[in-house]
Amino acid sequence: MIDFTEEQLERYSRHIILKEVGVEGQSKLLQAKVLIIGAGGLGAPIALYLAAAGVGTIGIVDADVVDLSNLQRQVIHFTADVDRPKVESAANKMRAINPDVNVITHQLFAGAENILDLLAPYDFIVDGTDNFGTKFLVNDACVVAKKPYSHGGILRFTGQMMTILPGETACYRCVFREPPPPNSVPTCSQAGVLGAIAGMLGTMQATETLKFITGAGQLATNSLVSFNALNMDFRKVKLKRQANCPICGDHPVITHLEEAAMPLCDLKAKH
Amino acid sequence: MELTVNGEKVQVADGLNLSGLLAAQKVENPDMVSVQVNGEFVEKDQYGSTQLQPGQEVDFLYFMGGGA
Repeated sequence: MIDFTEEQLERYSRHIILKEVGVEGQSKLLQAKVLIIGAGGLGAPIALYLAAAGVGTIGIVDADVVDLSNLQRQVIHFTADVDRPKVESAANKMRAINPDVNVITHQLFAGAENILDLLAPYDFIVDGTDNFGTKFLVNDACVVAKKPYSHGGILRFTGQMMTILPGETACYRCVFREPPPPNSVPTCSQAGVLGAIAGMLGTMQATETLKFITGAGQLATNSLVSFNALNMDFRKVKLKRQANCPICGDHPVITHLEEAAMPLCDLKAKH
Repeated sequence: MELTVNGEKVQVADGLNLSGLLAAQKVENPDMVSVQVNGEFVEKDQYGSTQLQPGQEVDFLYFMGGGA
């Protein structure tokens, strides 16, 4: 257990009075290491809330620089940050919110060749990526490395999330076997997304991360939680781990990590 | 017959199969969804041969690939 300073006791007092968190939970948060993949729409609220919560070490991965079209939803980046690397812009805000947090920036694309090294030092991974190639790669790498993680996806007015404990609960590929054919499912850059949707889903993922670290409540495992903000319908569909899952099943057929080829429009699109 | 589709009761023609239900529910492209019937996933190549029964629960799980 960590010895809290007076300032920390005050800073985290609203956590500490929660019986599900307490000084023990806050101590766990300060010792936890979380990796956020993507400093965009989902990564922004995730990074802000995890930093504010006092997650001790937060890694953040993104190769991009801030674009004017990001600011409608990526609330960690400000107008003056346009053209700055996203990880720098994000780290700057996270450190300003909470100097207790050790922010580690990774200004690179998460790919098949580097993802296992990226994940290795962390306890929990949060997927804030914006394309199916990387979403499947994050899943596969987390299963291989046995890293618990939070999947999140958004589109237009909708969002979905699930928490995955590899080897124990259903993984993303148990639900979605393989990436959809190119252009069969639009991306946000093609179809649009209401800015606040990123905040809704990102804060749900941040909540799952804090629950995982503190042990509070039950995680959204073996279920896909989705919402449609146009009518504010929320659903939780129960799922099971699939014995024939190609990555986490009884006889995995995926034996090495690779990224699915993504349509060119995704790679070129500004996110 | 009555089915529960995405948590809501719907009336569909008797004898409908899963492909027919996807069309009736205006899922234009089956590649956009994973489908569970009574909590079990159905492989895409089985949609046409999956005969639906009254009272079954069908869930369409949509791909959402955005995040940035």
